Amino acid sequence: MPPEPNGNGYLSGSNLEKVLKHGHFAVTGELGPPQNADGEVIRKKAKLLKGNCDAVNLTDNQTAIVRMSSIGAGAIVVQEGLEPIIQMTCRDRNRLAMQSDLLGAYALGMRNLLCLSGDHQTFGNHPTAKNVFDLDSIQMVQMVSLMRDTKVFQCGEAFKGQEPRFFVGAAESPFANPIEFRPLRLGKKVKAGASFIQTQLIYDIEAFKTFMTKVRELGLSEKVYILAGVGPLKSPTMARYMKDNVPGLWIPDQLIERMAAVGAPWAGKSKDELTKEDKKARSAAWQTEGIKICIELIQQIREIEGVAGVHIMAIEWEEAVKPIVEGAGLLPRPIV
Amino acid sequence: MIIAEQKPLAEVKALVADAQKVLVVGCGTCVTVCFAGGAREAAIMAASLRMATQLDGNGKEVAEVVVQRQCEWEYLDEIAQQVGEVDVVLSLGCGIGVQAMVEHFSNAWVVPGLNTSFLGLPTEQGVWAERCAACGDCILGLTGGICPIARCSKSLLNGPCGGSENGHCEINAEVPCAWQLIYDRLSSLGKLDRLLEIQPPKNWRTARDGGPRKIVRPDLRLPAEEE
Repeated sequence: MPPEPNGNGYLSGSNLEKVLKHGHFAVTGELGPPQNADGEVIRKKAKLLKGNCDAVNLTDNQTAIVRMSSIGAGAIVVQEGLEPIIQMTCRDRNRLAMQSDLLGAYALGMRNLLCLSGDHQTFGNHPTAKNVFDLDSIQMVQMVSLMRDTKVFQCGEAFKGQEPRFFVGAAESPFANPIEFRPLRLGKKVKAGASFIQTQLIYDIEAFKTFMTKVRELGLSEKVYILAGVGPLKSPTMARYMKDNVPGLWIPDQLIERMAAVGAPWAGKSKDELTKEDKKARSAAWQTEGIKICIELIQQIREIEGVAGVHIMAIEWEEAVKPIVEGAGLLPRPIV
Repeated sequence: MIIAEQKPLAEVKALVADAQKVLVVGCGTCVTVCFAGGAREAAIMAASLRMATQLDGNGKEVAEVVVQRQCEWEYLDEIAQQVGEVDVVLSLGCGIGVQAMVEHFSNAWVVPGLNTSFLGLPTEQGVWAERCAACGDCILGLTGGICPIARCSKSLLNGPCGGSENGHCEINAEVPCAWQLIYDRLSSLGKLDRLLEIQPPKNWRTARDGGPRKIVRPDLRLPAEEE
C-alpha cells in the first residue's frame, strides 16, 4: 500500500484513508454543488449522505457547468461532520491557482483530493471560455504529493510551516480507449503518487474483471486502493443515453432490458395516455430496479480481488445512497 | 503553413464602410496555398465589394494587388504608392501581414479581411487541419511525431484522458484523439515504453504564456545594428 510518512502512520489522516488502511471495504459518495450560492442545498445533501459514506466527492464545475466551488461546498460539508473529497480539474486553474486553492482547502479542514483532467468546456454552459490545462491530472497528482511529502511547491521552491497533507486520488476509466493502455496509465498515476483511484461507472462486470486482472498482474492493486464506480440507473432511456453518449461507459443490454421490463405495465402507451400517477408509479418501479441492480453490482464487485471499495455516483439522487449501501450490507460504516 | 479563412463579406463591408477608396492586398505565400488570400481571392474580394457597395447605392472604388510576402517589409515597398492613394487597405494576408503593413505604412488604415486560423496542412482536397501550436519547445521527439499540444483538446502530456472513444476526442466525433494516434504509432513502432514515463509539467514560458516572443540571432546581425 502507499508509502507512509513519519508520525501517525497516515499520509493525511483522513477518514477515507483510515477506513482503507484498516482493510474495510470503503464507500464513497458524490455530492453535486448547486448552480447557485445556497449553502443550504449542500447541508441537505450532506445529511442524506452522512453515515452512509466514508467520504463524499465534491464535484468541480462538473460537465463544465458553473456551480458552487468544490472547496466552498467542501467547507460546508466539513461543518456538517461529513468528510469531503475535493475534486479539482486542470481545466480551470493553472499551477498557481491549484496550489493556493489547495493550501486554503487544507486550512479549511479538507483532507482528500481527487485530481482530474476535467470535461472540456465546450460541453458546458460557457463554451466560449478559454481553458487552462497548464498541468494534466498526472502532473497534478505528482505536484500535490510532493507538496505533502517534500514541502516544495511545483517550481521546486521549499516552503516552511504546515504542508497540505492530502490523501491524493485520481480517476480511471477502464473502458475508454485505447483500452489496452488504461492499466498502464493507471500505473503512471500510481507512480505519480496517487493513493486511491475512483473509476468511471462500472456496469459490465466481466469487462471490469478483465481490467482488474491486468491491474493485479501489474502489481498495482498492491500499491493503490481501487474504488469501483457504481450508480443506480434511473430509467431505461437514461441507461441507453449513457451507453450511447458517455465515452468509456459500457452498459450490458441485459441490464437495460431489466430496466425496461419493470416499466412493462406502462409500455405501449403514448405520453399523453399516461396519467401523472402512471408516470410516478413507472418512475418508482424503474428506480427500485435501478437501486436493486446497483446493489447486485456492488456485491459482484466486492468479490473481485484487488477492489478496495465502491464509489457511488447518484448525483441529484442522493436519497438513493442509503438504500444502496444498506442493501449491499455495508452499513453501519466503520468508525476508525 | 499558416491557414486562414476569409471573414464573411458583411463583416468586411463593415470594416471598410467609412472609406471610398479601398485597396485589397493579397499575399502570395501561405494564404495563396490555402485559397484564402491569393491573387484569385483578392480579385474576387475586390469585385464582390464593388458589386455589393454599388447595390447598396454607395459604390466604392476597389483596386487589388498581390505581394509575394506580406509579412516582409521589403516586399511592401512596391505597393507604397497604391497604399498612399486609398482610404483603407483591406489585407488578405494573415495577422502578420496586416501588422507588417501597419508597421511599414505609418499613415495607412489597414483592416483584416481574413481570420488567421492555425498552423497546419491540407489533409484532403479542401480540408486543412491544425498540426502545430508554436509552443516554442518541441516535444514531437517524445510522442512519435504527433503533437499533443496542438492536437489534444486538453493539450495533455500524459494522455489520453477518459474522453477518448473509438479513436475520436470527446469534444467532437470529427476530431481524432491525438493520444490514440500517439499510442497507435508508438505501438506499431514497438516504442510503447516511451509512454510509461511521466512527462513533467511543461515550461510554457517559451509559448505565448511567457509574453510576446522574439528571436535574436547574433550570428546574423549586421555590425551596425549591434551598436
